[in-house]
Amino acid sequence: MITDRLARALDDRLRLSPLTRRALAKIFPDHWSFMLGELALYSFVALLLTGVYLTFFFDASNGDRVYRGDYAPLDGATTSAAYASTVRLSWDVRAGLLIRQTHHWAALVFVAAIVLHLARIFFTGAFRKPRELNWLIGVTMLTLALANGFTGYSLPDDLLSGVGLRILTSVVESIPLVGAWLAALALGGEFPSDAMIPRMFVAHVLLVPAVLVALISLHLGILVRQKHSQFPGPGRTEHNVVGSRLWPSYALRSLALFAWVLAVLFALGGLVQINPVWLYGPFEPAEATSPAQPDWYVAWGDGALRLFPPWEFRIAGHLVPGPLFPGVVLGGVTFLALYAWPFAERLRAKDRSAHHLLDRPRDHPVRLGVGVGALTFYAVLTVAAGDDIIARLVRVPVYDLLSLFRVLVLVLPLLAGLLAFLVARALRRGDAAGIGELTRADLRRAAHRSIRPPGADSGESETPARDRSGERIEMWPEGDLWRWRYRDADRHLVITGSRAVLSEEEAASAARVAYPGVDRVVVPGPPPAPPPGPVRAALRGWGRAAAAGSLLLAALLNRRRDRRRQERERAEPAAPPETADKASTGGGRT
Amino acid sequence: MSARRPSATERTASRRIVAAFGVSAAGAVGFAVTYGLGGNTAREGICLAVAFAGLAVGLAVWARRLVPVDRYVEEHEGFTSPPTEQAMTAAVLTAPDSPVRRRGLLAALGLALTALGAAALFPLRSLLPFDRARPVRALKDTPWGAGVRLVDADGRPLRPDDVPADTVVAVFPEGNVDVGDAPAFAVRLEPQRFSRPPAGGHLDGLVVWSLLCTHAGCPVRSYLKGTGQLLCPCHQSSFDLLAGARPVAGPAARALPGLPIEVGPDGFLRATGDFTAPPGAGFWDSP
Repeated sequence: MITDRLARALDDRLRLSPLTRRALAKIFPDHWSFMLGELALYSFVALLLTGVYLTFFFDASNGDRVYRGDYAPLDGATTSAAYASTVRLSWDVRAGLLIRQTHHWAALVFVAAIVLHLARIFFTGAFRKPRELNWLIGVTMLTLALANGFTGYSLPDDLLSGVGLRILTSVVESIPLVGAWLAALALGGEFPSDAMIPRMFVAHVLLVPAVLVALISLHLGILVRQKHSQFPGPGRTEHNVVGSRLWPSYALRSLALFAWVLAVLFALGGLVQINPVWLYGPFEPAEATSPAQPDWYVAWGDGALRLFPPWEFRIAGHLVPGPLFPGVVLGGVTFLALYAWPFAERLRAKDRSAHHLLDRPRDHPVRLGVGVGALTFYAVLTVAAGDDIIARLVRVPVYDLLSLFRVLVLVLPLLAGLLAFLVARALRRGDAAGIGELTRADLRRAAHRSIRPPGADSGESETPARDRSGERIEMWPEGDLWRWRYRDADRHLVITGSRAVLSEEEAASAARVAYPGVDRVVVPGPPPAPPPGPVRAALRGWGRAAAAGSLLLAALLNRRRDRRRQERERAEPAAPPETADKASTGGGRT
Repeated sequence: MSARRPSATERTASRRIVAAFGVSAAGAVGFAVTYGLGGNTAREGICLAVAFAGLAVGLAVWARRLVPVDRYVEEHEGFTSPPTEQAMTAAVLTAPDSPVRRRGLLAALGLALTALGAAALFPLRSLLPFDRARPVRALKDTPWGAGVRLVDADGRPLRPDDVPADTVVAVFPEGNVDVGDAPAFAVRLEPQRFSRPPAGGHLDGLVVWSLLCTHAGCPVRSYLKGTGQLLCPCHQSSFDLLAGARPVAGPAARALPGLPIEVGPDGFLRATGDFTAPPGAGFWDSP
């Protein structure tokens, strides 16, 4: 009742009905891997909420400040304001540590979700035309997420992050010609400068999040406009999307996921300590923590810095320092390759058609091999960033481990990529039903150059000519509206059109787009929709009771006001008539 | 209001949903109470986790049990507009009075905007104040120089005897303890074991080198006394102090710069110049 009124009021002003009906009928394919992007979105929301809280207490300054508070070892110590306020926020602000740790965990989960989402998009070929734009936006958001993660990690000005920032500064300074200028422009002088915390703060809480919000909106807008891609399956074509509707099922599920994300993040934030800066101490140029590991998503860079051999050379007397290659070149190549992949693949396959049906990873052995090889490479680098800890754990000299990792980082990706390539080819040839049933002979056969099996991985045969005898489109009137559904009698499959339309022609044209070439018939409608469930019935009952109550209350108030007015008019008969008119129009509809 | 009685499964599901939302509310109350009673990070976290988990379970059960499970399909029209549509759009954009037809004016506009954009880049230079030295100069120069006394982290000047035989002592230029590229360390070695003399010279085996790793600038703090090697905790570069602080393992490629020292007339150690090379990580203009 109230919802109804509000909806009507909005529609009177914005004509939202057609738009809303379309939006609520949006289809989301039912597959767990489509939730990874949402995971990233919801951890970003968690980051915004917890981050705003943190800004109230964080003092973004390199200036001196005396810490006074519950953490006894630092009580009375003079440190930078950033560090002192972080310790105060953790020890003396109620719920401060919970929010801070939740924020940090949310950042780790955010980047992890982005990387998993990216891997899903990559391996299923969801970046292909027409979705290259969203791929570019997504990769850009990954770089921004990494940048914001690093600045956020550095803001407390503690010893661990300070050393990390110094390493990054060294990497930037290694860039030929402009490195020293770039680093100095970013920091406002030589490291450690007085301007660096305020600058990182502005970037961390304003610039990058603003760009991220804009890009997320664009990402989602394009997603809605282009509709979802989907895995191939019965009743699914290049011209439709099969799944659940936004309202009601997907909205509820998505909100449940949001609540899960928050639950896990707050559990982590409350129970699992992360980045205890009070133990590391404030940054001092002459101090370092040992062991020193960064957050997981920059560990690949740190691992690369450790593994890269001590190569430096001079060009015309100018030094080209070692960190250039594992730092700048590797990072640059990584993101250039990510940006370029959709276009490189298109060029190589000479494929200019649009794809709304996804590949299974095995459908494209080269892509799978390259992807698995790359992931292995970065995984080895990430593990190598902990070589000193591993060395201590397994009691092996760290330099033996270093030599091992130097070999592994080159060999493992090749092996893993090759294996993935062979497995994909064997599976695509149909040698076995699943990975578990593959034999060595299957792999050997896959290694030989072979003619592609008919029908697999060919962009041309989008709609294979198959027997459509069991398929038909059924349309039926439902009150003033029309609905339609797709039925495949052989497969016992029924898929209903996502929304009701105004005419039979409209239903026919929608069905023609979704299932080209399938015959259409008009049928009597299915049994009426089940009545609302108990919860909704109860809610509706309460709603009606509440509405009736408020109407009754309004009526009573009105009557009382009328009575008073009449009494007043009786008391002052000389009152001008306009006032009485105005009062009666303002008094509502009586 | 429906006359139909809800089915047994629906009633069970409803009960579970209500219970889950109840748990969620209890978690929220628990959080508020914990906060009110003085706060406890772990308990607050658990309460919030319970609150949101209850919400999640309730919503998930609701979506799974009470919303009709059905498969739906939405048509996908494709994106290339019909040719007539494209032609009409193009016609609107390139109508006779359209600005895109004024090529000369567009060129002038482009010129103006380019100039404006280029001019807007200039204030970026202010990110690096003009009164500071040029970046390369700043990287090369340190507060060390002839006559600057060596002090420890607390600012106390050091005598040669203050450097024990079994460890390294972090030393700083007097008055500049917090400067990023200044930290150095003093160490006492046996001169007869030198396979290569220290770049900055030594005073009867007392040598001072820059503390910053020549790989990525981390302070090299781990001293392996017996071998005379110094290890960087960041990327495990190690330097052989007996061989002129030459890198012997790990990713560093250049020796640690040395600091020439002497004993001043007051008996305290002092530098006789700057480091023998710019300290810390390398850069394009490193000599």
